[in-house]
Amino acid sequence: MTNGLGNRAAIVGIGATEFSKASGRSELRLAVEATRAAIDDAGLTPREIDGMVTFTMDSNEEIAVARGLGIPRLTHFSRVHYGGGAACGTVVQAAMAVATGVCEAVVCYRAFNERSGRRFGAGRQGPGADAACAQPTDWNAPFGFVTPAAWVAMFARRYMHETGATSEDFGRVAIADRRHAASNPAAWFFERPITLEEHQRSRWIVEPLHLLDCCQESDGAVALVVTSAERARDLPHPPALLKAAAQGSWLDQEMMTSYYREEIGGLPEMGLVGDQLWQMSGLTPADIQTAVIYDHFTPFVLTQLEELGFCPRGEARHFIADGNIEIGGALPINTHGGQLGEAYIHGMNGIAEAVRQVRGAAVNQIDGVEHVLVTAGTGVPTSGLIVGQA
Amino acid sequence: MLTADQKKELEATIQQFVGKPIGPAATSRDAVNEAMILQWCDAMGDTNPVYQDRAVAEKSVHGGIVAPPMMLDAWTMQGWDMHKGYDEPTNEEQRLHKILTDAGYTGVLGTNTEQEFDRYLRIGDEVTAETIIEGISEEKATGAGIGYFITTKTTFSDAAGAQVGWMNFRVLKFIPKEAPQAASDSGGGAAEAYVPARIKPPMGHDNAWWWNEVAAGRITVQRCKGCQQLRHPPRPMCPGCRSMEWDSIEISGRGTLHTFTVIHYPQFPGYEFPICAALVDLEEGVRMVSDVMDCKPEDLKIGMKLKAYIHEDDDGFKLPLFRPSE
Ligand SMILES: [Zn+2]
Repeated sequence: MTNGLGNRAAIVGIGATEFSKASGRSELRLAVEATRAAIDDAGLTPREIDGMVTFTMDSNEEIAVARGLGIPRLTHFSRVHYGGGAACGTVVQAAMAVATGVCEAVVCYRAFNERSGRRFGAGRQGPGADAACAQPTDWNAPFGFVTPAAWVAMFARRYMHETGATSEDFGRVAIADRRHAASNPAAWFFERPITLEEHQRSRWIVEPLHLLDCCQESDGAVALVVTSAERARDLPHPPALLKAAAQGSWLDQEMMTSYYREEIGGLPEMGLVGDQLWQMSGLTPADIQTAVIYDHFTPFVLTQLEELGFCPRGEARHFIADGNIEIGGALPINTHGGQLGEAYIHGMNGIAEAVRQVRGAAVNQIDGVEHVLVTAGTGVPTSGLIVGQA
Repeated sequence: MLTADQKKELEATIQQFVGKPIGPAATSRDAVNEAMILQWCDAMGDTNPVYQDRAVAEKSVHGGIVAPPMMLDAWTMQGWDMHKGYDEPTNEEQRLHKILTDAGYTGVLGTNTEQEFDRYLRIGDEVTAETIIEGISEEKATGAGIGYFITTKTTFSDAAGAQVGWMNFRVLKFIPKEAPQAASDSGGGAAEAYVPARIKPPMGHDNAWWWNEVAAGRITVQRCKGCQQLRHPPRPMCPGCRSMEWDSIEISGRGTLHTFTVIHYPQFPGYEFPICAALVDLEEGVRMVSDVMDCKPEDLKIGMKLKAYIHEDDDGFKLPLFRPSE
């Protein structure tokens, strides 16, 4: 296989609700609002949508969204597992559906009241289901080791030990995100940048993670429309062509607790995604003008920069300290503010930002964008995309 | 104190209140009026003239006196009569509080409120408030004691039925920490008092044996009968040789700290915080998640030597923990 999905499909529509802490409406309402907006943005009508992909974790059934939008026929519907790791994976599924002719146009969506409803960071949920997928995390629960922040902190401490990275290095990611969010009116933290000192002063959640290393929790929805590269040419917006799209899971993979691998200082599943992206697109890190790097917790941003080849292993702290990830740097990341700054919509808002950057329509637009790399959830089976000019 | 079963029943009962209106909509006793606005501004120390000086207010964008937005919920307050309902409930909110009070959750604490305003209220506006019980949290351990957060949402509308604002109000209904223990059960003490306990592992076909070994006093690791490879946590097949035949070995308990995290938040019931969670390299060559006890967080160091022991909780649950060793 030479380039698989490369250049076969494009993201042609994006839509979202506002991002808040209490949407005051149902998750289904958020889903239909965002999907309708994305379909409108694509210049299509719901009758032209024949595929749907969402997250396994999403509470909105495809048929419920289809009923809401009045979509008469669906020829493909599927879901992707593993929390935020699914984000770019929904686009992979959609691209495969349009590339194989199974669908004409697919809408991918994620809608939740993650702040006002069920919060992932709450720690003590109901009794664990006696299911294989629940076991790895439930294995840790008796030890009081139950939150995503704590699971990531375990890796982060080891990463610090191996690379010499410090809490301040993690803090610089939060500062870049919040600086970018400060000029994005759609961001929850619009006009609220932070300083390194504030980061260091913020309380411990799970050492070595301060409060400001942890992304916010949000209510909201984002949807994307994917169609074939051919069809995309006739639609109103410049298409964000999928140069590459890939998923990845690695040996001894768990959901955020892959602690039993020989080395735990990296994210090999993201390395696998990166290898596929470069191979499929024929591009190299030097061809990427801006990236959306999944940022539920700051330490994994460093690890991802290394796994994707933007800097050598263990060197991300220098790359970041040199200002490379801020606007004006070599690789500005999360120009919308990321999940730390804009909203936590399980990575889907980052894909929308990548599309805006390709269209030249982002609030913090980077000059001369040809290719944008996007990653999905980290520490879990994950996914990634490179979108670019047609 | 409640037994585990009573507690389950209590939670089922209170959760039935979620989504219910607390009662019929309440309409303000008096229409929005200058006298009450003045009193409110006096009490709050608010000197903004658009609330109290007609001449200034008429020249402002409002074209006349308006009520301070923050005063919104004052218009529909019931007055002194309100307090009675907590002993003899007259609405669903009070009924919910009473159920919790009777179950020992006698404390109540307003924790936070959120408001949003659609428009300023003008003199003569009549305000109607509709309140629903929006949510009840799972049980939380707080500084005040163990309890439930109850959120109500009130929507305010004008005489035409248009929304003028809303308010969320959250209270903690809790068992005060110093509350004397209830006298022991008259039924002979058979019922076990509810104490928040550690989260128990799911006990399935593939892992229950491991916890049963711990309960019997042995910390073990699964071993493949085909190729002798050790594996942990337990699973049905050896990833090395695909054998499903296995036994287990008892570990020495000696290990070193591979990495760790000190958990401060969130502080859920059943644990003492901070927790020093650890990933331990056992000398047998496999890793194990556990907690390090008898060690200050600042003394934790990657590579430090640890020794396992079996800890027993008050409810009889056993699990392997580690402490520093020479
Ligand atoms: Zn074997």
